[in-house]
Amino acid sequence: MDYKTIDFNEKVVEMKQITKKFGDFVANDSIDLTVHKGEIHALLGENGAGKTTLMNILYGLYHQTEGDIFLHGKKVDIKNPNVAIEHGVGMVHQHFMLVPIFTVTENIILGSEPVKGAGRIDLAKARQDVVELSERYGLYVEPDKKIQDMSVGMQQRVEILKALYRGAEILILDEPTAVLTPQEIQELIEIMHNLTKEGKSIIIITHKLKEIKASADYCTIIRRGKKIDVVEVAECTEEDLASMMVGREVSFAVDKDEKTPGEIVLELKNLTVEDNRGIDVVQNLNLIVREGEILGLAGIDGNGQSELIEAITGLRPIKSGEVLIKGKNVANESVRDIFKSGISNIPEDRQKHGLILDFTIYENMVLENYQVEPFAKKGRLDFDKIKSFSHELVEKFDVRPTNIDLRAGALSGGNQQKVIIAREVTNDPDILIATQPTRGLDVGAIEFVHKSLVEQRDKGKAVLLVSYELDEVLSVSDYIAVIYEGEIVGHVNAKETNENALGLMMSGGGHGE
Amino acid sequence: MNEVLIVTLLAILMGLVVGAVVLVLAGYNPAEAYKTMFLGIVSRPKYIGWTLVRSTPLILTGLSVAFAFRTGLFNIGAEGQFMVGVLVAGVLGYVIELPAIIHLPLVIIGATVAAGLYGGLAGYFKAKYGVHEVISTIMLNWIALYFSNYMVYRPYLKNPQPEATYDIHETARTTIDWLQPLLGRSVKANWGLAISIIVVIWVSYYLFKTVQGYELRAVGYNKDAAEYAGINVNNCIVKSMFIAGALAGLAGALHVTGVSFHVSKLAVSEGYGFNGIAVALMGNNSPIGVLLCALLFGGLQYGGTKMGTLGVPSEVVSIVIGSIIFLIAISKVFKPILKYINKAKGEVVK
Repeated sequence: MDYKTIDFNEKVVEMKQITKKFGDFVANDSIDLTVHKGEIHALLGENGAGKTTLMNILYGLYHQTEGDIFLHGKKVDIKNPNVAIEHGVGMVHQHFMLVPIFTVTENIILGSEPVKGAGRIDLAKARQDVVELSERYGLYVEPDKKIQDMSVGMQQRVEILKALYRGAEILILDEPTAVLTPQEIQELIEIMHNLTKEGKSIIIITHKLKEIKASADYCTIIRRGKKIDVVEVAECTEEDLASMMVGREVSFAVDKDEKTPGEIVLELKNLTVEDNRGIDVVQNLNLIVREGEILGLAGIDGNGQSELIEAITGLRPIKSGEVLIKGKNVANESVRDIFKSGISNIPEDRQKHGLILDFTIYENMVLENYQVEPFAKKGRLDFDKIKSFSHELVEKFDVRPTNIDLRAGALSGGNQQKVIIAREVTNDPDILIATQPTRGLDVGAIEFVHKSLVEQRDKGKAVLLVSYELDEVLSVSDYIAVIYEGEIVGHVNAKETNENALGLMMSGGGHGE
Repeated sequence: MNEVLIVTLLAILMGLVVGAVVLVLAGYNPAEAYKTMFLGIVSRPKYIGWTLVRSTPLILTGLSVAFAFRTGLFNIGAEGQFMVGVLVAGVLGYVIELPAIIHLPLVIIGATVAAGLYGGLAGYFKAKYGVHEVISTIMLNWIALYFSNYMVYRPYLKNPQPEATYDIHETARTTIDWLQPLLGRSVKANWGLAISIIVVIWVSYYLFKTVQGYELRAVGYNKDAAEYAGINVNNCIVKSMFIAGALAGLAGALHVTGVSFHVSKLAVSEGYGFNGIAVALMGNNSPIGVLLCALLFGGLQYGGTKMGTLGVPSEVVSIVIGSIIFLIAISKVFKPILKYINKAKGEVVK
């Protein structure tokens, strides 16, 4: 936090008493927001608190029901994003809006192409502009590389450059770190500081307390549509921020008793799996998970974790090796048979694999069991039983809203995850696999997910947790295995290791046993 | 649901307005033309009968397309599957001689299954080789047309006078004799409509109340999640196309056994399948919507011919029908209008 970059005399953004209603639902209730030039201002709140709505209003995607917006001291009616862009507001969304088969340059100039002569695009000038821009702000990209060939962190840089190309002075970043690796997060924080040194102002929407502490100057906390407070980040602890966000005390430490792991539940023997290009991404992998144990699988994204889990659950063929569930080999069996053998999976991409967004909540609750009794008899679905089952689970797992006739797509990310967890945990599997189960979730929901995993383990079941968040792996797991280039390079007791040691193993250095 | 209904009605209204403009430009009185059309559908039992007979094939071809849409597939092949149903029904109805109680079911089931296999073929290509069903079914449409024409010319089938096969036997027909006095002999009253409605109800039940229907819809909405849940996605694709094909084929079978009684040589296909696509879209892919829109479409087509008695060319009729369908398809345009009306009433709409 470099207060030298902030010009307290110039307020670049002032949102006064902003209220936004959708029908009867009040998404924003008289919220005030002030951002000074050169400031990094965080907008903190749980999922569904209203922070994205507020920023969508600033960017012109929504229009406020009541209230005024002042940009650079002038009152502006932001009717649509073009007006926002004209006034120097740029937004980088959580889900990128890039064309995968276009290059970096083509994406950046999309919609504002420089032309020469009879409307032909001046690609040479475009490329030059992009190079200049990227050097000026320290956002290094390869101008001719295609988006689909780039890492997510790089793609995000392109998104930021897109905004800067259009003359953004005020950058809104929506959950920017949700998709980045630890290194990329560090790089992003540096980029943000460089931008403020150049006089830009940044609003970052997030619920990652650690990153707020590392990057933001000030923070506005929003809870259930209302502004709770504006704080100076340096004067607060993560715990302070969390309790303001949630409205109660929040515990970060995962509450769990000692438990001695028992019999082997899942054993992977010499497992080799190919990726889509035919390359072995999992190589002769061996792994054991026991009853009453949470095994955390730590590793940088792209070291074979996705393919490994797909292979275990039957979505990807296994080239060689065995997958033993309580001694029975289920390698290469059908998804349904593997499921019946005692594995349940909380998938990494909840909207792609975990739910059918156009189905109702109750239809999703029985996604794996719709065809068995009591939910179906003689080919006919018993909706009474399905609905009462769903009601039970929705209550037990605190899914909001509780209306099971809603489309799953209408739920927030955290509640969608709760539905999936409710379903998988209720299957009572011998081994529960959870991949990135808290991605995109706020502190309250994260607490809930971790509690559920620990409950499974306390019941004597086995849990395999795959996560790219080291904090999560360290606090939830009993034992940690590190995967690097498709092999297990370390297996340690969670209490006897730390981030640095794990980080070292994750990047291929040092072995621990 | 309410919003959809209002929007559809608005679209129909706008379509009629566009049609009125066209009529005026062509030099005709729209009020007179529409009155003729409307009376031409409802004023006599005979007319109502004809409207229903004309709408019947569209119910099932529309259902075929709508069913496929619900399961994530574009069945452009309803046209060809219809012709397969016509051909098989026409041949089985003539070549075999059996008492009606066996003959008729045999003809209908045979035609339906044949068309189902024809649709399932496209499904197989998609599941096994990733061939997009739009491309395969369009090609299969042409194959069905020319094969049908080839069969019509087989010496053992061909009727010397018209360019068609011999008529099917009485035992293979679905004619309702006792309605003749009421509707007059020209109206080919048959059991097709009743059967179609029963099938609509059955498809509705199948799709929304059964395990198989759940699986097909899951695959249609999200193939990845369906696979993740243990559903056999490829089997579902083939099954969906089979059922869709069977529905279109049944439409053809009912047409032959109730109205035409033979298979004609055709220069181009008759359009039942393609109109079925329009009906499915108009009906928002719901079974009951398809039923209502098929009746509307049939009514417009039949009533349109009545406009011809005033001298209105059939092309103008086509423009009116086309406008209505077009406006329904872009009916999302009406949503802001609805919003504005609601706002004026004081409600705040999202």
